[in-house]
Amino acid sequence: MQVDWQPDCSIEHLRLRAQTLANIRRFFANRSVIEVETPLLGQSIGTDPQLEFFTTQYFLPPSQQNLFLQTSPEFAMKRLLAAGSGSIYQICKSFRNGEVGRFHNPEFTMLEWYRVGFDLRQLMDEIADLIGKLFAGKLSGDTESLSYQEVFLRFTGLDALDFHYENYCAYSMANNLPEAVSICGYDHATWLDFLFSHKVQPHLGAHNLSMVYGYPACQSSLARVNKYDARVVERVELFINGIELGNGYYELLNADEQSQRFDNEIAIRQQKNLPSVNKDWRLISALESGLPDCSGVAIGIDRLLMLLSNSSSIKEVLSFSVSRA
Amino acid sequence: MAIYSTNEFKAGLKVMLDNDPCAIIENEFVKPGKGQAFNRVKIRNLKTGRVIERTFKSGESLEGADVVDVEMQYLYNDGSFRHFMVLDTFEQYQTDEKVVGDAGRWLKDQDMCTVTLWNDAPLAVTPANFVELSIVETDPGVRGDTSGGGGKPAKLDTGAVVRVPLFVQQGELIKVDTRTGEYVSRVKE
Repeated sequence: MQVDWQPDCSIEHLRLRAQTLANIRRFFANRSVIEVETPLLGQSIGTDPQLEFFTTQYFLPPSQQNLFLQTSPEFAMKRLLAAGSGSIYQICKSFRNGEVGRFHNPEFTMLEWYRVGFDLRQLMDEIADLIGKLFAGKLSGDTESLSYQEVFLRFTGLDALDFHYENYCAYSMANNLPEAVSICGYDHATWLDFLFSHKVQPHLGAHNLSMVYGYPACQSSLARVNKYDARVVERVELFINGIELGNGYYELLNADEQSQRFDNEIAIRQQKNLPSVNKDWRLISALESGLPDCSGVAIGIDRLLMLLSNSSSIKEVLSFSVSRA
Repeated sequence: MAIYSTNEFKAGLKVMLDNDPCAIIENEFVKPGKGQAFNRVKIRNLKTGRVIERTFKSGESLEGADVVDVEMQYLYNDGSFRHFMVLDTFEQYQTDEKVVGDAGRWLKDQDMCTVTLWNDAPLAVTPANFVELSIVETDPGVRGDTSGGGGKPAKLDTGAVVRVPLFVQQGELIKVDTRTGEYVSRVKE
């Protein structure tokens, strides 16, 4: 029997990963952002209904407890920020159950960082600096920043902030996506996910970094609402060559609002018969004690390496993808 | 019939879509970091041969289609139907020209081919990649010309017309690639 013991990636790509991680660490060392580690195995987990997590059993006889593999290090890092860590970054594994494909592996490497005192615009400038350093001239185009509404309108002719069911249906029928009607129904957020990933994202970041900011409020996650326009939130997504590379927020500081959003997500989980989770009270308490004004972003290192090496599958940059882990 | 979830979709899987049997060509998992997961699937309708793209919500499922490819010998054309036989079992199948389609111009009595069956009825016929057919009609070429440049049309015993080099003569047996419809070589009898 042929046993597939060999790595998925080439030795050259192992070197590229090592070099890229070294470059990232140098970048943050030069800016006095400190590297931290937080637990991969935690007692609580995010409530986001779109993220499936891994659950594992912790035995300490006679007691037994469920622990979760983190879908991102966000909550723990925010607790460090609330405790006065100052600006921090982390390079760690994150885990998302059921996600596998050309751009997904259930276990992947994430770079996440938080800048105390930065608003979204300042963070976007820093992201552009880091991407510029890592790609070192490999991107021919200039970095562009576009609002979600602007970019959605450009490629679909639809207003992302103003949901008109009939317009969205008419667009999908006229663009050979009739299945969108039954998949999305009257759910604005699902419509946005569908149309953005099919019709907008493929055009973003052709040989350049494209940053889309000002997400519709129904896709707020942990971002704060825009001061001047409650229809949008202070969230940014990064794209290069049509690949989603990262997601950042001007972080929500309000503990009550955060708690409320968790409750909403828990309710959605119940409606959809998804595994139930408890909200992370330690995060809520940290927010109550005071999270400094900050912005943070997470970037998928494996996808970054795919782009740096022109790989068409995430397997080409992983030592061992889940199929042979 | 089995039910397949989007996680099980892979190239070659035969499923029912819009009441037609289809073959999956490609399945891509698409998921915004903070959003709904989809599977974008490229799929061939086995009745029409048309390739379409269709998106599913991850976790949706489709019914499997009872579609199999069977090696058969082409027997003859009775004027309205073509007849095929499975050599091992002597089981015979007949189809009309609509199902045979383009494959008809490469089918010679006694040759082997692939017949795709859906619920045990012929759905499509695929000729062998290479067939040997004789030339029944072509202009006399220039003797001594072996360059092959340009070529000329030649009508084959199945009715197909292919371009052949000028030196190839009427009555000769030639090898043709049925996927491209191109002349490959002469065959020594």
